Amino acid sequence: MDAILLQLLNGLDKGSAYALIALGLTLIFGTLGVVNFAHGAIFMIGSFCAVTLSKIFALSHKAAEPSGKDFLGNPKYDDVLYITEWFGEDIGNWMIDWSVPLAILFAIPIMLLIGYIMERGLIKHFYKRPHADQILVTFGLAIVLQEVIKYFYGANPIPTASPEALRGSFDFGVLIGFEPNAIIYPVWRLVYFAFSALIIGAVFAFLQFTTFGMVVRAGMADRETVGLLGINIDKRFTIMFGIAAAVAGLAGVMYAPINSPNYHMGMDFLVLSFVVVVVGGMGSLPGAVLAGFLLGIVESFASMNEIKAIIPGIDQIIIYVVAIVILLTRPRGLMGRKGVMEE
Amino acid sequence: MLGLEKRDTLLLIVVACLVTFAPILLNPFPADSSMAQFNAGYPDLMQRFVIFGIFAIGFNILFGLTGYLSFGHAAFLGVGSYSAVWMMKLLTMNVIPAIALSVIVAGLFSVLIGYVSLRRSGIYFSILTLAFAQMSFNLAYSVLTPITNGETGLQITLNDPRILDGAGAPSYPNLFGAQMNEATTLFFGGWSFTFSVGYYLCAVIMLISFYLAIRIFRSPFGMMLRAVKSNQQRMNYTGLNTKPYTLAAFVISGMYAGLAGGLLASMDPLAGAERMQWTASGEVVLMTILGGAGTLIGPVLGAGFIKYFENIFSKINKATLEGWFAFMPDGIEEFFVAIIYPFVGKGWHLTLGLLFMMVVIFLPGGLVEGGQRIGKMFRRRDRKSSDAELSAAQQRQVPPAE
Amino acid sequence: MSIFNPTRRGLIQTGVVAGAGLALPTYLRADAHSGFTNAPTGDTVTLGFNVPQTGPYADEGADELRAFQLAVEHLNGEGDGGMLQTFSSKALEGNGIMGKKVQYVSGDTQTKSDAARASAKSMIEKDGAIMISGGSSSGVAVAVQGLCQEAGVIFMAGLTHSNDTTGKDKKANGFRHFFNAYMSAAALAPVLKQLYGEDRAAYHLTADYTWGWTQQESIQAATEALGWSTVNDVRTPLAATDFSSYIAPVLNSGADVLILNHYGGNMVNSLTNAVQFGLRDKQVNGKNFEIVVPLYSELMARGAGENITGIVGSQNWDWKLENEKGARYAGTNAFVQSFGEKYGFPPSQAAQTCYAQTLLYADAVARGGSFNPCAVGEALAGFEFDGLGNGPTLYRADDHQCFKDVVVVRGKENPENEYDLVEIVEVTPAEQVTYPTDHPMFAGGDLGECNPGA
Repeated sequence: MDAILLQLLNGLDKGSAYALIALGLTLIFGTLGVVNFAHGAIFMIGSFCAVTLSKIFALSHKAAEPSGKDFLGNPKYDDVLYITEWFGEDIGNWMIDWSVPLAILFAIPIMLLIGYIMERGLIKHFYKRPHADQILVTFGLAIVLQEVIKYFYGANPIPTASPEALRGSFDFGVLIGFEPNAIIYPVWRLVYFAFSALIIGAVFAFLQFTTFGMVVRAGMADRETVGLLGINIDKRFTIMFGIAAAVAGLAGVMYAPINSPNYHMGMDFLVLSFVVVVVGGMGSLPGAVLAGFLLGIVESFASMNEIKAIIPGIDQIIIYVVAIVILLTRPRGLMGRKGVMEE
Repeated sequence: MLGLEKRDTLLLIVVACLVTFAPILLNPFPADSSMAQFNAGYPDLMQRFVIFGIFAIGFNILFGLTGYLSFGHAAFLGVGSYSAVWMMKLLTMNVIPAIALSVIVAGLFSVLIGYVSLRRSGIYFSILTLAFAQMSFNLAYSVLTPITNGETGLQITLNDPRILDGAGAPSYPNLFGAQMNEATTLFFGGWSFTFSVGYYLCAVIMLISFYLAIRIFRSPFGMMLRAVKSNQQRMNYTGLNTKPYTLAAFVISGMYAGLAGGLLASMDPLAGAERMQWTASGEVVLMTILGGAGTLIGPVLGAGFIKYFENIFSKINKATLEGWFAFMPDGIEEFFVAIIYPFVGKGWHLTLGLLFMMVVIFLPGGLVEGGQRIGKMFRRRDRKSSDAELSAAQQRQVPPAE
Repeated sequence: MSIFNPTRRGLIQTGVVAGAGLALPTYLRADAHSGFTNAPTGDTVTLGFNVPQTGPYADEGADELRAFQLAVEHLNGEGDGGMLQTFSSKALEGNGIMGKKVQYVSGDTQTKSDAARASAKSMIEKDGAIMISGGSSSGVAVAVQGLCQEAGVIFMAGLTHSNDTTGKDKKANGFRHFFNAYMSAAALAPVLKQLYGEDRAAYHLTADYTWGWTQQESIQAATEALGWSTVNDVRTPLAATDFSSYIAPVLNSGADVLILNHYGGNMVNSLTNAVQFGLRDKQVNGKNFEIVVPLYSELMARGAGENITGIVGSQNWDWKLENEKGARYAGTNAFVQSFGEKYGFPPSQAAQTCYAQTLLYADAVARGGSFNPCAVGEALAGFEFDGLGNGPTLYRADDHQCFKDVVVVRGKENPENEYDLVEIVEVTPAEQVTYPTDHPMFAGGDLGECNPGA
């Protein structure tokens, strides 16, 4: 029982990452009808926002006096951090410790801007082009983005720690009446789950309860009619693109402490996020979220030893098996709308 | 000629000439010059050009004609490679049975996957094919290791049974004794041209495949496939079941992929699981779009383009750059090396990504359109003759029916 | 700059002039009659360095390439000579190899056997490389080794740790300096016993491909010989990035040691996840829970950050070896000095093995008096040497595997900088990690005959 609950928790956690990425992708894919292969790269850039901020905080100058010898026998100078000099030891160290959560503030404007520039500078010209061309141009963009990151940060993963207070694990089982140590879960992953739920909720509330959101939803359903009503839908779609990029970027920022970011992490998530979106159904935001959680949970359960003992290697393919079954039984995925990307 | 229209015959002849003289055409620089870095006329790369050309031609029969975008075609290439290597391990090193088996197995595999996947269209179809291919890749890499030899890839060894081969038979893939790695090098001044058995076998097969592709494009069957692309619903309303046509196209392109896989294994007897990964499937999609989907020669150009960058640009290192700019004064030399270095060697992906974007932005019809624009500049006279390739390229420009 | 002071550019210009002299029309060159593939003509010889330049191992590949460049410089008599000063064989004189200036070409393996073979083939077919070296994975090493055997050139393996490279997939033209999974396990076992006792229950997470399996098999055998029990062995998909669902059940499985048979990105993520789940802080069966990573890599340790603190693993070599363990490991400091001077940071074990392999190849050519792969193979087989940083070493003739001491390391508590992440716990002597040629983990292969090619 506790093993099952533990994997459920794991599934929700994994699923929240999938859902966040798929949500952003579906905003672009479902609203603008653009196959965006650069979405994984945007997620990756989000992660590197966290890395960049902690690097900025770690900027330093050399101390005046040498403190010893380096490995070649030359005099060695200690690094003095600017941030502790400017803000004092306490605040400086606190900022370094909390650099990942602080990076959210740093990432939002950057990601909005990246999304805006991408849409205005590139994607805008591809709305009327075949999907094949969109794939080629966004794939090219994804490669360029990741190579730029690789040029500056190298190919190695870069450890990015969560704040000291949110490290370690939390005995979840005790809360619901289990033995101590039965269900232990890392604190940061719980934070990630809560954060994702918040973002997902915010996006839905935004689309549901604001006039802006209403217009966008109307535009998703029937772009032409909304345009005929004299509403500048293009401008709103640009903003939606920025929001989608911000959602993916934030997913990336908070993911950094879970797994050390590296330049190709976007490609690792790219295929999976397309699978999630399509399983959820084209053009459906709730579908994307639902599919994200579903696939996360299924994947976690498939990796249980008891199940692997029955079907070896099932954890390698479970996501694809589930995707195939769903797509064959439900022609448009879980909640897909008719006629979106079906031609 | 051969049942082709004049224009297609001309195209076939031009391609045949290019392919025949590729060892010379692709080695334009003397072997000792510093530009020799850009020579592509060595057997392995030329083989890859034509083999991936075959792969892309086949993919184009499905994607270019029917518009069905498969994201799992690499699985057929991988399956073809594995069957070919197994044939060489068990029966004989002669490549004919190996290639035949790879086409058959890939065909059967594609019937299976195609039959299931074609129940859906659009992006749903793409994801279904992707899912099947990724499953094949993951299993080949781990659980199926007894058949695929996993990470290392399936190789031939000295103690394989090879029941049809006698004691004196060659231990390398061969065509009735002519080994695939045999080559003659012709030296002409500073130039050297290598003519290899393997390449010419691939070239002949590629020409046959290309010819068949032209026939398919121009046949009533091809017409039917185009009709599926432009409006499948209307086809259904007229009482026509389109599924057999699309399935046939899927299987044909799967067999082309299997053929490419079999040839790859024949040129270099190794079959690795990476050949089935989604990146490999994505690569053939990129090749086709880059060259010009729906055109005859485009996919081949796209294949050559990508393979050229992968094999030539990745090999340029700092020392090579320093060699090129050695004639400049020190400071300027370092400046140029610093500017170019991020784009070559370990940065070859960056160059490729930038070129993808530039091609699709400036040449919406792919490389074929680029060629045509250049061609147009030189000959304005026969503007009225409707060029088949151009019309295919333009056809793509029409936005899909919403 | 004075013209009497040779600059790099000057040297290259000289090379270009010298090269131009060779460009005279030749209709048939000598290499068709030399009896082996790519026999060097003229006064240069070309080596091929095939390393991952894209993909997750690109940084490791970059480090290998740095070491190769350094080795080429030293062979050509430039720089301070590095390990040539300490190498026990004195056949190399700093005038290239047998008087021929060493040139090199580089390529990208992409850590895929297909791409690696394509790249190696282009080096052999186009650039006339006489030796191929480098690589950062066993799959690639085995694939390229097979190719070199067919083509008739020497393969000097880079970083490859699977037993198979010199076990069931060994080839006469292939040579490995790096250690292997069996040796890791044999070296770790006594240290694990000393640190964690004889009564332990181990839980294995194993990367689901051939290297992972040989690593797991080796370490399981070695720990069970100590008296440890094995609770479970769980295979994890190669493509996995999040190991939480594999880590979560560990704590309640009754195991008190987690062995991560992972490498590279897998290792960084699985270790990070394990630490997140608080495994390090727990007590099981009255003992502290421990994590072991059998194969360490400096670059990956850097990726895992402070999570590696206190985690034990093994390495082929470490740049602090000579300082801490004495002159037995002579060569280490000479190499670190010249590498550090040139690039500004200490070399990784991947760099060291690639550097040593290049010197060993050149030396074997010089001693054998020929570039013919068969002569080189003969010179390397059974060769005993010293002074390349690993202490006295034997290149065993039966399987072309080097036998030398293995370094057992542990993640440092308070690393001084990002290059000083591990401390040396113990050096297990070569005798303890040596195994008979017919050991079952290495059985099934055949070196075959050396192939000189054309």
